[in-house]
Amino acid sequence: MAAERSNPKQTALWWIAGALIVLYALFPVAWIVSLSLRSPSDIAQNRFLPGGVTWANYENILVGGAQDLFLSALRNSIGIVLIATLIAVVLSTFAAYAIARLDFPGKRIILTTALAVAIFPVISIVTPLFNLWRTIGLYDTWPGLIIPYLSLTVPISIWTMSAFFRQIPWDLELAAQVDGATTWQAFRKVIVPLAAPGVFTTAILAFFIAWNDFVYGISLTASEAARPVPAALAFFTGASQFEMPTGPIAAAAVIVTIPVVVLVLVFQRRIVSGLTQGAVKG
Amino acid sequence: MADISMKNLVKQFDGFKAVDDISLDIADGEFMILVGPSGCGKSTLLRMIVGLEDITSGELMIDGERVNERAPRDRNLAMVFQNYALYPHLTVYENIAFPLRLAKRPDEEVDERVRHAADVLELNEQLDRKPATLSGGQRQRVAMGRAIVREASAFLFDEPLSNLDAKLRAQMRTEISRLQKRLGVTTVYVTHDQVEAMTLGDRVAVMRRGVLQQVATPRELYESPVNLFVAGFIGSPSMNFIPANVTDEGLQTPFGTVQLPDDRMGDMNGHEFVVIGARPEHFEDAEVVDDALRDHGTTFDVTVDVLEWLGSEQFAYVPYEAPDEVAAHLDELAKELEAEELHTQLIVSLDVTSRLAEGETATLWLDLRKVQLFDPKTGDNLTLAGDRHRAPEPRGTNGG
Repeated sequence: MAAERSNPKQTALWWIAGALIVLYALFPVAWIVSLSLRSPSDIAQNRFLPGGVTWANYENILVGGAQDLFLSALRNSIGIVLIATLIAVVLSTFAAYAIARLDFPGKRIILTTALAVAIFPVISIVTPLFNLWRTIGLYDTWPGLIIPYLSLTVPISIWTMSAFFRQIPWDLELAAQVDGATTWQAFRKVIVPLAAPGVFTTAILAFFIAWNDFVYGISLTASEAARPVPAALAFFTGASQFEMPTGPIAAAAVIVTIPVVVLVLVFQRRIVSGLTQGAVKG
Repeated sequence: MADISMKNLVKQFDGFKAVDDISLDIADGEFMILVGPSGCGKSTLLRMIVGLEDITSGELMIDGERVNERAPRDRNLAMVFQNYALYPHLTVYENIAFPLRLAKRPDEEVDERVRHAADVLELNEQLDRKPATLSGGQRQRVAMGRAIVREASAFLFDEPLSNLDAKLRAQMRTEISRLQKRLGVTTVYVTHDQVEAMTLGDRVAVMRRGVLQQVATPRELYESPVNLFVAGFIGSPSMNFIPANVTDEGLQTPFGTVQLPDDRMGDMNGHEFVVIGARPEHFEDAEVVDDALRDHGTTFDVTVDVLEWLGSEQFAYVPYEAPDEVAAHLDELAKELEAEELHTQLIVSLDVTSRLAEGETATLWLDLRKVQLFDPKTGDNLTLAGDRHRAPEPRGTNGG
């Protein structure tokens, strides 16, 4: 690193490469922001910058005609995703702790099953799930989405959490036990604080996965009772039958991106590596 | 304060006995060292005492009470881990206070005891820091602080100094010794470093492949090792093992035939072949040996291969030829002792006034009053067995 820093030419190259990547990554976001600020006639123009900034699209979805559709969807999304994330994190914390620390029969099966579930194509189970949910009355309810979201988030959470737990020196837990802690106290007072960065990372991952889901959202809901934002966007309509609702959709997309950005910025400090540094010989 | 008593302890891992039938009594306030090459089961035994490993069979008593089934937290023992195992999210103060917090002691008492421990260990300046910002020696002291703050029945150390550099290690060694004497707490200390073993312990238990070889004071271990393994393990440079055939004229060695004094000979019946154990300092350059001593030993001519002059002492390396069978046996022993000297050579300590030169023929003198005889097959010390045979009272080398 020191050598790289001392070389101005290399530093410049790093900056250029970094700028290109940031530009590439942020261009779609900028495009959506630009779209959300245009009037319907302006959107038809083939240009990047808006001809004139208008807040009409935001007004439309927050206080205007699309208000009911969007705000209820936002409420559903936030509620369902937070509950699903919370359950996923708690469950996967315990599961991952057991996998990382204990030796029990079937440990490998749990891990491979979790991986298999995580890579299983969602679309293939949507139809059976749709029929099942309709029969048992979970169709178009919050639990009806929370449960499938858990199937998406728990496996990946178990994998990330068990990786974090494996990094924590086991001696710390043994030391706590010798110091007079019960297994539960050792877990709560030593392991959980050290695993906190892992818990936050896992929580953010789980939140993203559930927040960005579209397939379950559109297939397992029918009304404003449970429809999340990504699905609700599909139901936006233009001012007339012949007009695409591009502006309102872009505005809604910008708004649903905000929680994700806020989440990362808030927890960024907690996702610090090297918290276990100094525990054992370093 | 407590005594620890082990009766026939066994630890079995999938058919392999890591700790094999160990019986050992550690008196109240005693500093006991468990020493041996890596994989000899010493750490496992320590973990069995503290309760981190289950006991397969046998009985462990602390202060006369059976503790086999007790969880670590109910044994009231304090342990210092090899890697210190400090809690990285807590300050030094809270690290030391951790056992007291778990015991739900009142804040004033916690504060008083933590500050006292910090005083003893000179950690006052570091109390608000996190372990990550501490040096190795300071971390080591915090780990010890966590142990002494609790008034535990006994301290258990698992190679506590192996992660420190040599200078710090010597310093911490003295500190541990001083602390233990001051607190007078029963201590079990695991190490593979024989300097630590010899300097710290009241008694030293030497282990090999899960089996206790000898429990004795450091001096006894050095002067009267019960077998080849202990003889080779204790002492640095290690004891020289010279193969010898038993003949009517005496012991026939690669350096000539020698006649040992009676008290060095054991029961030679049935032994055609023995190993003579001689420490490097039992040799001397024949030219500088005091005339009064000369008759107690034997002299022989050798070629010095390498000389190491260290100022206060000097070592000479003398290769020799040994029968294949013996060489193989010595090789095996050396491997087990994790020693480097895999070829047959003598390492002798010479007076610094000696003017021998490398590659030249020299006359060495060996003090025959101090050598030991070993049975190469069983490894037993024949001289010691002879001693026991002669003296009605057996020596307390196997105490415990």
